[in-house]
Amino acid sequence: MPLQAKLQSVDSISHVETGVLHSPFHSRTSALNINQQWSVWNGFASAIYYGDALLEYFATRNACAVFDVSPMRKYRFQGVEVEAMLNRMVTRDVTAQKVDTVAYNVWCTDAGRVVDDGTLFRLANDEFMLCCADPCLDWFLLSAVGFSQVEITDISDAVASLALQGPTSCALLKAMGFDGIDHCKPFQIMRFPWNGGDIMISRTGYTGDLGYELWLDPGLAEPLWDALFEQGRVFGIQPLGDESLDMARLEAGFIAPDVDFHGALHTVELHHDHSPFELGLGWIVNFKKTHFTGRAALEREKASGNYRRLVKLDIEGNKPAENSVLYADSHCRREIGYVTSAMWSPVVKANIAYGLIEAKYADGEIWAEVYHQKELRWYRKVARCLKVSKPFWSPERAKQTPPPDC
Amino acid sequence: MSEHYDAIIIGGGHNGLTCAAYLAKAGRSVLVLEAAAQLGGLGATREFAPGYRASVAHTLPQLGRQLVADLDLEGHGFRLANASLPTIALGQDGRHISIGDDSLLGVSAQDEAAYGNYRALLQRFAAALNPFWHKCPPMVGSRGVKDMATLGQFGWKLRTLGRRDMREIMRMMFLPAQDLMDEYFENPLLKAALSWDANVGSKLAPRSPNNAVLALLYRMSGDIGGDLPLPAGGVGGLIEALAASAGKHGAELRIDSAVSRVLLEDRRACGVELANGDLVSASTVVSNADPKTSFFKLLGARHLDVQFTHRINRLRTDGLVAKLHLALDGLPTITGLERPDGRMILAESMQAIENAFDRAKYGDFATQLPMEVVIPTLHDPALAPEGKHVLSALVQYAPCRVSGGWAGRREAFLEAVLNSLVRYAPAIREQVVAIELLTPEDLEAQFRVTGGHWHHAEFAIDTWWMNRPTYGASQYRTPVEGFYLCGAGAHPGGGIMGAAGANAARAILKET
Amino acid sequence: MNRTYDAIVIGAGHNGLTSAAYLAKSGLDVLVVEKNDYIGGAAVSRELHEGWLYSNCSYVCSLLRQSIHRDLDLTRHGLMIVPYNGTTNFSRTGDYIAEYPDHDMQYREIRRHSLRDADAVHRYEADLMRYARLIRHFLLRTPADPTSFKPRDLGELVFMAKKFAGMGEEQVLEFIRFMTMSAGDYLDEYFENDLVKTLFSTSSIIGTALGVYSPGTAYVLLHHVMGDVDGAVGAWGLARGGMGAISDAIAGALKEHGGEILTEAPVAQILVRNSRATGVVLENGDEIHAGIVVSNLDPKRTFTHIMDQKDIPEDLYDKARNFKIRGSSGKVNIALTGMPDFPSLPPGHMLRNGTFQFLDSLERMERAYDDWKHGRWSADPFVEMTQSSVWDPTLAAPGHYFVSCFIQYCPAEVEGGWTPEKRDAFGDTVIDQISNYSPNFRDLIAHMEVRTPHEIENEIGLTEGNIFQGELTLDQLMFNRPFPGYSQYRGPVKGMYMCGSGTHPGGGVSSACGANAAREILLDLKRPNIVPEDDVDE
Repeated sequence: MPLQAKLQSVDSISHVETGVLHSPFHSRTSALNINQQWSVWNGFASAIYYGDALLEYFATRNACAVFDVSPMRKYRFQGVEVEAMLNRMVTRDVTAQKVDTVAYNVWCTDAGRVVDDGTLFRLANDEFMLCCADPCLDWFLLSAVGFSQVEITDISDAVASLALQGPTSCALLKAMGFDGIDHCKPFQIMRFPWNGGDIMISRTGYTGDLGYELWLDPGLAEPLWDALFEQGRVFGIQPLGDESLDMARLEAGFIAPDVDFHGALHTVELHHDHSPFELGLGWIVNFKKTHFTGRAALEREKASGNYRRLVKLDIEGNKPAENSVLYADSHCRREIGYVTSAMWSPVVKANIAYGLIEAKYADGEIWAEVYHQKELRWYRKVARCLKVSKPFWSPERAKQTPPPDC
Repeated sequence: MSEHYDAIIIGGGHNGLTCAAYLAKAGRSVLVLEAAAQLGGLGATREFAPGYRASVAHTLPQLGRQLVADLDLEGHGFRLANASLPTIALGQDGRHISIGDDSLLGVSAQDEAAYGNYRALLQRFAAALNPFWHKCPPMVGSRGVKDMATLGQFGWKLRTLGRRDMREIMRMMFLPAQDLMDEYFENPLLKAALSWDANVGSKLAPRSPNNAVLALLYRMSGDIGGDLPLPAGGVGGLIEALAASAGKHGAELRIDSAVSRVLLEDRRACGVELANGDLVSASTVVSNADPKTSFFKLLGARHLDVQFTHRINRLRTDGLVAKLHLALDGLPTITGLERPDGRMILAESMQAIENAFDRAKYGDFATQLPMEVVIPTLHDPALAPEGKHVLSALVQYAPCRVSGGWAGRREAFLEAVLNSLVRYAPAIREQVVAIELLTPEDLEAQFRVTGGHWHHAEFAIDTWWMNRPTYGASQYRTPVEGFYLCGAGAHPGGGIMGAAGANAARAILKET
Repeated sequence: MNRTYDAIVIGAGHNGLTSAAYLAKSGLDVLVVEKNDYIGGAAVSRELHEGWLYSNCSYVCSLLRQSIHRDLDLTRHGLMIVPYNGTTNFSRTGDYIAEYPDHDMQYREIRRHSLRDADAVHRYEADLMRYARLIRHFLLRTPADPTSFKPRDLGELVFMAKKFAGMGEEQVLEFIRFMTMSAGDYLDEYFENDLVKTLFSTSSIIGTALGVYSPGTAYVLLHHVMGDVDGAVGAWGLARGGMGAISDAIAGALKEHGGEILTEAPVAQILVRNSRATGVVLENGDEIHAGIVVSNLDPKRTFTHIMDQKDIPEDLYDKARNFKIRGSSGKVNIALTGMPDFPSLPPGHMLRNGTFQFLDSLERMERAYDDWKHGRWSADPFVEMTQSSVWDPTLAAPGHYFVSCFIQYCPAEVEGGWTPEKRDAFGDTVIDQISNYSPNFRDLIAHMEVRTPHEIENEIGLTEGNIFQGELTLDQLMFNRPFPGYSQYRGPVKGMYMCGSGTHPGGGVSSACGANAAREILLDLKRPNIVPEDDVDE
């Protein structure tokens, strides 16, 4: 007997009508997005740029800018075993992380390949928030198998978040009444009552400059945006889109998922994924702590030294080396890798890039085969690349507490 | 920690004892810690009613001569009560089929002839596979000499079967029992009985592809006493001999000593903590427990990688076999059978088995339950008071988690089991003095076996050889240095065979 | 009629036509003989009701090898493969779950049902894609004989070993697991939500006499995602003009190269003399001679119907008898006079144009199989309803629709035998299932054709109505297909070959079996190989 189905009206099914999802700031971001240029990030509309990407970018270096990070995935980890569970998942020592601090982390597969990266907020002894660009709940739940007292909740939609970045960001927050924010150290968290609710502010960001991220109830999103722009006018505030953020993060030496690295769980071809050492993240792999996933594989890899290197490159000339293939010689005979991200840096005045190159060529000459276009016609040139060890942009103010001019 | 051993073995099941005996024989100091009040696990012969004794595992099809000789088990009291039981396919009409080593009674001449070919073919295949049950599985990507040699030997064994047999094994291996039987035989009763060993113990039925032939060949891996030997004193008789052998070589065996966790130092196993808080240190810790218990309860996920624990967690471990022990005040009469001294299969057809499986798939049980029945007291009267008997039955299929919960459905299940028996032994209810019914859930609780699963994890190609219980632990060592597996969850699997224990001991002796 | 050809192909199915086209292209004098008065076998477009064109057997296409499409210039012969998308699985609660090609839409849809599964789907798809890419290497290749020491077989084995090694040790072991598992158990390892699992499970039982929890069905799932449309692995397309357009285009290529097709010419027997195939004798008594005879019929029919038992080795006869070619699928092809309502979906939504399915749990999928095991059609059947004419305006007049419904399970035999009444009752069961979700569906039916395995066998000649010419289980795949020792397209006597889906790589409108067979024939004739390599992913 076929089962009698209950027919349901489409009105009660959420997804058909919703289409692209809107962040709690959407009413404000869409008003400013003059050309309605959107990308889709985790199902949410995210501004590509608002009016002029270069202008927005300069605000992060020169004044301040806000980026709507609400589509980022946020997960709450709670329970007695949560520290042990996270400590076994990520490569850094979670037991050493103090309450009300943030730590950048990666988590790896058993083979020591990066699943994803993100920022871990320790909110209490047995409570954490983990933020990452892409959904990772599947992996977190797999990682919780065998821990009886861990509760993982996707709180992405329950928390609105906004990044405020740039040299005047601290002054603006202070002007808004967040007293004491100037004493907030990098990677520290402070909480403030605001407008009848609470706002959590962390001194974190993706631009490499002085900056903060604000975490709040979605109900406070619009009032906060309005207040920021009201007060921020005199601090040179601008909204920031994907394009300008991408420029800032590249200068700051941050890697981007699906651009500079491919998540191990979604990688089909053998070795198209990456170890933290390849990505220059050896500094957050802590072999002194207790067991963590991928440890054995990473110990072997480190000892062998035989891993590709994601290197920062300063490339001669001024044509961005996007999608370039890298060689060990100017005749392009020995292919050694490829460029993952590239741009002309307006503040540094340099042609910068990330390149992923084979281990044995890491210390030799690097040449990029650059294609650039002039009125549709393509030109090719081979440019010498210099390896750079420090981030291209790393102002002192980003590290100072209190920050200057605040 | 006051005490230190070369090796501690957690769990005194037959594999744990085998491993202990081999290690002790090689001069290692060994401590076996058994949680229960009796050694042997599912092989222990227990008194289930005053004067009546039985073991959960009731026959020894897979026991090897090598083990008996290596550990001088005969010198330690092991003997067979019966060299080999015939299998008797019981017909409800009282017409039965007797399947012996090389005789088949009660079927057409055509089936008889087919049986000869069938059996000879399986024996050739079993002989080809036999060495590999007693070897550490290789790893495919390894460049290790031993791994390559094992893989090479495997290829060689296949090749030397000859082209015809090699082709046939690579095809037949994937057939469901039903198709295999249909290719050879006519008689539904015969087919049901011969298909029994292909599926018993796993979540498989006659129509399930891929795993049946492997299971049949695995059941044919023994070479002591013929097909289906029955030890004196029940399977516990073998346990006692193993314990005596281990003891003689210096292994220390402790009962009532549940281990609460494995201790680590510098990410290396260094001992165990007992439930009573005692600590015992050891250079090597070997677990005879099932993989889920070993890795999650004894070791703890925090000492392992995420994907590894996922691979252990995804093991299919829900048992589907219930065990019935009846204390009888006399020998039961089975319609049409002179003397119920064989292994009796109560399943009128493969379809009947499939029907019972279909109910269990959805967390229920059938009203007609296929089963395998042995009356061990006919071969060893000491298992019951004089003149009395024990009936030991494996009943399929009983879901590990029955919908509604076993507490409320136990009675109905027992009723279904007895009704199924009564169809063949009409007067049996009146003879019953006492009953022990062990559902998979009971087996899990009483014997500390996850899911009450015989094999500790499904016996199937996807969980076999290099994948048993999963790569990274299929060569007995585990990702945690100094921590080894020696139970049925490791290669080759369940059944009273001792191969996992012996293979583990060899791996440990080589590596430590 | 008493002509002599270089080669005769028995059966004008798409594989037979492909084989013939390559033989003709190589310069051979080729004749295809077909029992029906139309060509195409199970890849046909037929006007069964005036104004509606029916793809009444196969109905969608993904496995068709692009390199063959290109090589035989099938576009010029009238073929266009149109991608289509969107599968909707309706649930009893009135909700549904849908599959979208767009990544973000897919994510949003699955997260409605499970946040975890919306994420896990990426891991699942990557794992499945890895296996699909591996297996795609082998579709247009002849399986190696693992018992052989011939250089070519050893070479193929090395090729295979290299491809496996390219996945890495861990993935080789995962692949071994996958190949023998059930789709249900496999999906349970990824997903928590039953609707999500059901959505992904459906291709694991198509055409297969197994349930979602039967070991071996994970491979069947893979068999349905290893195809592609223009490199989009796992995507499916429709042939414009119905599936017959594929057969017609291949026939066009065949004729262009000088091949001939003779319809209404059922073969009674393959002629064998001195252990050599010498031609065929038709049911009307005509004899046609050729040194090469290629059978596009399924292996069981080939060796138990049209070959004399004395002409073939005894063990081959037994193998053919034991060959598993179980009927488990039905088709209900429907001409509609309007677009039916599906109240769960708003009119105009893109999903309205996609494929509809009507089961919402793995348990219902499995129970549908239980009915088949007992020799009944599923009372609560799995129905895959493809709205072909929405994508292909040539199938029906504007405002009219043709929908193709594929049904699991329907047995080849029912108690007392199939009768027209039982067939119609089966059709009613299907319409009832659809009507649960579409109240006005029944009222729009202008005509419908109900095909049980009985009809499929009688009309097309597929034994038991099995759509793959044999179950896709490991005992009948790769070097075991159709039988061990006969996987290289050569029959038991010289000059006799097999080219149907009963050979590697198996069922589906792929043309690969036919092309592989042609390659072997040309090899035996010492002619240059003109069969193309596959378009592989690297």
